[in-house]
Amino acid sequence: MPEETAPVVRLRNSRIDLALHRLRDGKGRPLLLLHGLGERTADAVPPHLVAWPGPVWGLDFTGHGASSLPVGGGYYCEVLMSDADAALAHLGRVTVYGRGLGAYVGLLVAGARPELVRGAILDDGPGLSGGGALPPTPYVLREPLPVTGTPDPYALLELAQDVRPPDYATTYARQATTLSGLDTALAVCAVVHPPWLAAVAAEPGVRQVTRARCIDPFLGID
Amino acid sequence: MSHGIRIAVHEWGEADAPPIAVAHGGFDFARTYSRFAPVLADAGWRVVAWDQRGHGDSDHASLYSWDADLRDALAVVDSITDAPLPVMGHSKGAGVMMQFVAALPHRARALVSLDGIATRRSMPDVPDHERTKLLAGELAGWLDFRRSVVDRQRRPDTLDGLAARRARMNPRLSKEWLRYLVSVGAREDPDGWRWKIDPALRMGGFGPWRPEWGLSRLPGLGSPMLAVMGLQPEMMGWGSRPEEVEEWLPPGSRLVVLDDAGHFVHIEQPDRVAKFVLQFLDDLP
Repeated sequence: MPEETAPVVRLRNSRIDLALHRLRDGKGRPLLLLHGLGERTADAVPPHLVAWPGPVWGLDFTGHGASSLPVGGGYYCEVLMSDADAALAHLGRVTVYGRGLGAYVGLLVAGARPELVRGAILDDGPGLSGGGALPPTPYVLREPLPVTGTPDPYALLELAQDVRPPDYATTYARQATTLSGLDTALAVCAVVHPPWLAAVAAEPGVRQVTRARCIDPFLGID
Repeated sequence: MSHGIRIAVHEWGEADAPPIAVAHGGFDFARTYSRFAPVLADAGWRVVAWDQRGHGDSDHASLYSWDADLRDALAVVDSITDAPLPVMGHSKGAGVMMQFVAALPHRARALVSLDGIATRRSMPDVPDHERTKLLAGELAGWLDFRRSVVDRQRRPDTLDGLAARRARMNPRLSKEWLRYLVSVGAREDPDGWRWKIDPALRMGGFGPWRPEWGLSRLPGLGSPMLAVMGLQPEMMGWGSRPEEVEEWLPPGSRLVVLDDAGHFVHIEQPDRVAKFVLQFLDDLP
């Protein structure tokens, strides 16, 4: 029987309150789930991750799920990376599993905190492509968007335009690989490979895996 | 109000004079134009500047981004006029207003960029493995800062202490002018003076942005452009060279190069820079 309400830990990232959900207990290193653009942490551990031996947690990004809504937008992926880092400050060493937007943020935080992120799994999901490899034609939103709750429409707009150059993404992949000391620092199970992910997937230390076996590279490591 | 954020607007000149919208640079504030703007106002312009979110007297926000600054700029311009007007900016503010002109050509008559064209990356030119380490340190530093930023306050100091800190960015300014900048850019708390800027903001940056992206918007701009560059090297400057900038400028642009001024051309040489700007504005079709 799944628990009725997952226990929630409230974290703080600057002025934002973040919701970190404990989906399941377990022994050993936690698995941290990062959702896709416009999503929130799932109610239960997805089937392809149930074999993870440790506890499973899920973080709601700024403006998503049970995390707080900022006023006036201003989203970009590096800020969500600091959301994930707030979860690392609470959980310590984790393996990260990210869907879509969460896959890109998982890559960023794996590169920025290579001693805390013991592997990251990058999967398909909403917001995987971001705004592409080059800035789109600039557009300025004039009328305020109606904000009625999460997901924040400013997040949906701005994170859909967040530019992700392949050589920027590979910088993080190289950091994750060289500074984590792991043979496999990143596992890609996404079927779709937008330019940033195609470049990452071609880096040494990055392994292609099936979704069913995506946790395998990170089971036997410290 | 811009998307729920209160923006403080500062004006010089007559209310019915033709307007010009002026954006300040990153970590600065509107009243750094207090010496420069009156010269334009005396020549018949209504100069409208604003404190960007998190800066000066505007609201501190939960998040800050380039796009949010651009929306705030449009909200300010909307509050002035629907007609096309000249826009101007210093440093990052010039970059924001360049994007304003690119995105909204029907709202802009001309663009003035005060030392606002970046041609190089801030990261030093070092081998790849060295760069990996540098970036790793930069990223960890930023994340550590984010972890520490909850309820953080800026360090209090005396007015003269803050003036001395500002002098590191503006080495050629008089003490009197530096003290003035502190008196408007900082506030006096019971335990001392603090810069008003949001303590959650941090200098230095990383991220996917690269100067080619800004440069590549320049040649297609449909408005006349004046670019002023200060060549004295400074910590806040871009290190851009005129020959690197020139080839990107849109047709009919003017480039003014000041060998003896630094990055803050309008603060350092307000009368001289205002003269170039007025000449450019007078010559507009």
